[in-house]
Amino acid sequence: MMASRGEPPATKVVLLLVPHKDASFHAALRERFRVLDFFASECSPLPAFLGAAAAAPEPPRAAIVVGAGLIPVDAAFLDAVPSLRCVMCLAAGVDFIDLDECARRGVVVANSGSVFSADVADHAVGLLIDVLRRVSAAERFVRRGLWPVQGGHPLGSKIGGRRVGIIGLGNIGSQIAKRLQALGCIVCYNSRTPKDSVPYRYFTNVHDLAVESDVLVVACALNKATRHIVGKDVLEALGKDGVVVNIGRGANVDQAELVRALKEGRIAGAGLDVFENEPGAPGELFCMDNVVMTPHVAVFTAESMSDLRDHVVANLEAFFSGQPLLTPVLPHSPVN
Amino acid sequence: MASAATGAAKPGLLLLRRTDATFIAALRARFRVHDFYASGAALPDYLTAAAAEPDPPRTALVVAGGAILVDAAFLDAVPSVGCVVTTGAGVDHVDLAQCARRGAGEIFSVDVADHAVGLLIGVLRRVAAADRYVRAGLWPAQGDYPLTTKLSGKRVGIIGLGSIGSQIAKRLQAFGCAISYHSREPKAFAPYRYLPDAHALAADSDALIVACALNDATRRIVGRCVLDALGPNGVLVNIARGVNVDEQELVAALQEGRIAGAGLDVFQNEPHVPPELRDMDNVVLTAHEAVFTEESRANLQELMIGNLEAFFSGKPLLTPVLPP
Repeated sequence: MMASRGEPPATKVVLLLVPHKDASFHAALRERFRVLDFFASECSPLPAFLGAAAAAPEPPRAAIVVGAGLIPVDAAFLDAVPSLRCVMCLAAGVDFIDLDECARRGVVVANSGSVFSADVADHAVGLLIDVLRRVSAAERFVRRGLWPVQGGHPLGSKIGGRRVGIIGLGNIGSQIAKRLQALGCIVCYNSRTPKDSVPYRYFTNVHDLAVESDVLVVACALNKATRHIVGKDVLEALGKDGVVVNIGRGANVDQAELVRALKEGRIAGAGLDVFENEPGAPGELFCMDNVVMTPHVAVFTAESMSDLRDHVVANLEAFFSGQPLLTPVLPHSPVN
Repeated sequence: MASAATGAAKPGLLLLRRTDATFIAALRARFRVHDFYASGAALPDYLTAAAAEPDPPRTALVVAGGAILVDAAFLDAVPSVGCVVTTGAGVDHVDLAQCARRGAGEIFSVDVADHAVGLLIGVLRRVAAADRYVRAGLWPAQGDYPLTTKLSGKRVGIIGLGSIGSQIAKRLQAFGCAISYHSREPKAFAPYRYLPDAHALAADSDALIVACALNDATRRIVGRCVLDALGPNGVLVNIARGVNVDEQELVAALQEGRIAGAGLDVFQNEPHVPPELRDMDNVVLTAHEAVFTEESRANLQELMIGNLEAFFSGKPLLTPVLPP
């Protein structure tokens, strides 16, 4: 069923290709646009749904997508709905969107911009403090009633003075850096190109960054260059006192190598919010006290969901009124 | 106990804290150590015996949070003591007014502040609870973890703006938090908003952090009224002393949802933690370790020795504590 309640102008037709459960998100969209919701329709599989939308008298001009929705925005997709002129991605990561193909067809692409950056940065720092100060391990100790019985447990280590190497210094990486500086850490980074106005030391490659770091924080986008950017080589360079924090994408890290390194004590610990093959984390890590794992939660606060809703509405309104997008993504432009 | 053969020339030291072999060796290399815990004696007997020595000890090494109080009775028992070196981010176990000279460490402020930030992120963003969720296999089984609460930009109220409170403030400013505080008196150069009492501070805060010393004015400074003012969306973090908070009221407030959560490193009756808290996902519980890291332990030992040596060579203490 594709019809909406019919109040918004018929020309603002938007494909919703995201299984978004937030009722207020749906309500905000429906107040302003005519929404064709794939996950609420009876027209699966996707080609049938897209075909029907494209064939309608008022075909959709915008589509809301996200990487985890597993619908690649490629030539085939764009062929299926030639009326599309705008792709609105709910995340910062656009690795599933063929940006060149969109540019070729004059289709503009927007992403979440910096809506989530503070929350992701907060979570990254939370993981770092938790691993270094053993907060989750202490929690297990206390909750199991071991404090009166065992007295003490292994101490965590100091945060101030730690050298933290950030991989990717976009919105998120910069906000992480700012917080870590306030905690007394020494921040260095690697990114595709050095950033002019930042006071942190730049390394041209992640291996050299790892050599000079006590903690590596993965905060980069996922693309061909960054797949497994933290692999065996980098883990060895980081060394047995080193810690990895990953709030990028699971595939930024060679997970099998990371698990091996942790099992063999070749690195000291890890704080991970993302994994290869989510949902789920490697079982071998579940008994480790020096690892903290969260289920891809870094962006998910009540506040960020509300900000995202406003952000999506603002971008779509801009598009439909012929204005530039607020957070456009261009081919070859740095993301997050 | 007094050391053997080479003891005579070394100054005496009352050791009233548990410590490790390395540190004892370092102390024995410099001082004639009267080790209370090794003696097995009752405190009054131990003090009397030390005081009865021909060259009674002029220094005492104690620790906050332990059972030993350096009060009038203690000082009367060993009147030769002229310098008390203590560690732990508090001096509530030392009667400052009674002491002629004393010392305490600044060294812990940073570690405690870091831990406070970790507890605050932990309670708002449920890091440890989410980790439990993953370890229990619930991510594939039950799907996404529920939404948590953003930290950046929240209003933070700090009770006690001493060295620890200031360090916490500086850190949370980098998260875009708006900082307010309450302390005995406003601090002349603090760039934060001052509130005249803890209740007013709580009413205006999303997160209330207890970072004050323990004294008569601050015992149970966070009680029912302050918790109610903090409200159902507010969280409490305590890295001060368990007794700064009315623990029964706190447990009740958490059980009844009158506050949203708490991050606690200290408790009224350590090492006992109220069992009701141990099943809650909206609390973070650590075992009074905010002050302890491997590094601080080593630095601390150097600092203690440094203060003692300064005293014995007639120099100013490295880290003196001024009387209130």
